[in-house]
Amino acid sequence: MATVQATKQTQLTMVQALQSALVEEMERDEDVVILGEDIGPRGGVFLITEGLIDKFGADRVIDTPLAEAGIIGAAVGMAMYGLKPIAEIQFIDFIFPGFDLLVSEAAKIRYRSAGQFGVPMVIRSPYGGGVRGGSYHSQSPESYFVATPGLKVVVPSNPYDAKGLLIASVRDPDPVVFMEPKKIYRAIKSDVPAGTYEVPLGKAALTREGKHVSIITYGAMVHVALEAADAMAKEGVEVEVLDLRTLQPYDTDAIMHTIAKTGHVVLLQEAPRIGGYTGEIAAFIAENGVEYLEGPIVRVAGWDTAFPYALEKAYMPNAQRVIRGIKKTLNF
Amino acid sequence: MKSEPKVRASLPDGLTADTLREMYYRMVLTRMCDDRAFALNRQGKIPFAATCQGHEGVQVGAAYALKRGTDWLVPYYRDTALALSYGVTPREQLMCLFARKADIFSSGRQFPNHYSVPDRNIASISSIIAAHVTHGVGMALAFRMRKQPIVTLITFGEGSTSEGEWHEALNFASIHKVPAVFLCENNEFAISVPQKLQMAITNVADRAAGYGMPGVICDGTDPVATYTVVRAAVERARAGEGPTLIEAKCYRAMSHTSDDNQATYRTPQEIEALKSRDPIPRFEGWLKDRGLIDDETIAQLKKKAQAEVDEATDWAEQQPPPTEEDLYTHVYASGALS
Ligand SMILES: Cc1ncc(C[n+]2csc(CCOP(=O)(O)OP(=O)(O)O)c2C)c(N)n1
Repeated sequence: MATVQATKQTQLTMVQALQSALVEEMERDEDVVILGEDIGPRGGVFLITEGLIDKFGADRVIDTPLAEAGIIGAAVGMAMYGLKPIAEIQFIDFIFPGFDLLVSEAAKIRYRSAGQFGVPMVIRSPYGGGVRGGSYHSQSPESYFVATPGLKVVVPSNPYDAKGLLIASVRDPDPVVFMEPKKIYRAIKSDVPAGTYEVPLGKAALTREGKHVSIITYGAMVHVALEAADAMAKEGVEVEVLDLRTLQPYDTDAIMHTIAKTGHVVLLQEAPRIGGYTGEIAAFIAENGVEYLEGPIVRVAGWDTAFPYALEKAYMPNAQRVIRGIKKTLNF
Repeated sequence: MKSEPKVRASLPDGLTADTLREMYYRMVLTRMCDDRAFALNRQGKIPFAATCQGHEGVQVGAAYALKRGTDWLVPYYRDTALALSYGVTPREQLMCLFARKADIFSSGRQFPNHYSVPDRNIASISSIIAAHVTHGVGMALAFRMRKQPIVTLITFGEGSTSEGEWHEALNFASIHKVPAVFLCENNEFAISVPQKLQMAITNVADRAAGYGMPGVICDGTDPVATYTVVRAAVERARAGEGPTLIEAKCYRAMSHTSDDNQATYRTPQEIEALKSRDPIPRFEGWLKDRGLIDDETIAQLKKKAQAEVDEATDWAEQQPPPTEEDLYTHVYASGALS
């Protein structure tokens, strides 16, 4: 699966890594087309598609009308009839005018046609807070998508994974919601091979090894987990960090492995707590691994409010909140 | 100034010399607020700014065509001049830019320019393009059901007319003949997307035929021209004859917002050429031609506007931001759940 065709490594941001995935897939396969608002000459509002219209032309890099239902619905049609569309939704907060096309159509077409039609499409979209985006440029709505069988949901946390996961998503036969943590688009660099490689969907990454407590998280929150782990190391607590990378399907083996090892678990998400994705992981652990637990399953999450503008810092989970969570399960 | 009687005879119906000078003042005031917003953003004092430069004519003209205190506004984020002409003060505008606790629109919860001023008949808006157009229709329906002679003015850009919700709103409105006026501020761009990639027609107003309502075009850089058509549509709506779609052709002088860079999709020549369409000097000329204003008055009004904006900035900057306890209020009528 994870075939690395080239060895040359370059330090790239997530923006650059995502762009290289798009370019390589479009060069490899003429059926790959991209569409979305402002993705042409503007290069998308975060510049992921900068220059692509010059490289591939306006037939394969489509600046669409301002209409998310149209974008997602058209992508579904293109996908059913042989193309591999990658639709960009400018901010994931704007996906809801097209929600129906995603959850009623893209997600269910394979099932309802008894496998006669498939929808190999990707919806890329920036999500999450930390850029002073206010109520409608900051949300983390992954739980809506995860709750819809038929959709896969992928959330990278670093440039290397972003490229490999996007390539794997484009090649996947089913619709993938690919959520990009905009806070770290340019904040970190990592080694990214120049050639094509896949990071397989459904496989978590053990980002940091430790033996006392596991933090299970994804996306931008991986970095908050690592910060908390650094701080706890000074107190002699060794924190393991599991980056899920794919939320649906998720890596049950990796979860069982880490809880069997540490016996303590903190689940970390940016989205509001109630109905949030980590509730699923908590239920999975409670059903399958309760014998390993030596303390309560603790969730650290966004508050159960809409996303605020001025109070963004107070809203988003930070290392202090994670440390409090770690202590809660360890000192049980 | 020329003799008043002669002037009055040539003024558009419903507008006095004083009102026209006031309209001019609102345009100047808005321009200064907008410039201040961008300056504050560049200084790192506010995270975000959106301007309405190039839209001052349509917005001020439309605001004065409504019955203040009676009619309702359902605006969008580019409507600074509309808001400042409909009772929002420069202090209130600056408070939202600084996202202070006492910001009357959202207490610092929303992006700037997301108005919400029920005591001045301005609805609450989100950042979701075209969602508010449906609300405006529902409000108009409610006014009619209660037999209140209130008209709703709903504004949006031409890009917004691509959304399904926009279509649903106009269709619903026309079937039920609700007392609404739909005003498209067509500035030719939706962020970077030019109108020709947004729709295969030249005039947004042509869409009206598909809903069975009149579609009217006006020069959105001209406040008086806009006033005239909006006023006619408002009267029509109030008389129970149904909604109108108005397309005010204007332009966007600056980048979409402080987060955008229009140099990536517009040439310097294109951007430079827009200056000749600036509604403020054009309206100045119009007023001067009619003897309604002179250079001295213009200078005075500009000075007054600058002082108002300076005072508002200094004041708002000193106000406190919301604190963590403010996070959990107003999730539900009873507060927060957890
Ligand atoms: C549903 C939704 N999709 C996309 C956006 C991002 N967006 C914000 S403004 C804008 C362009 C709007 O253009 P137009 O309606 O013409 O108004 P203008 O800004 O030009 O005044 C876009 C695409 C959004 N806010 N909401």
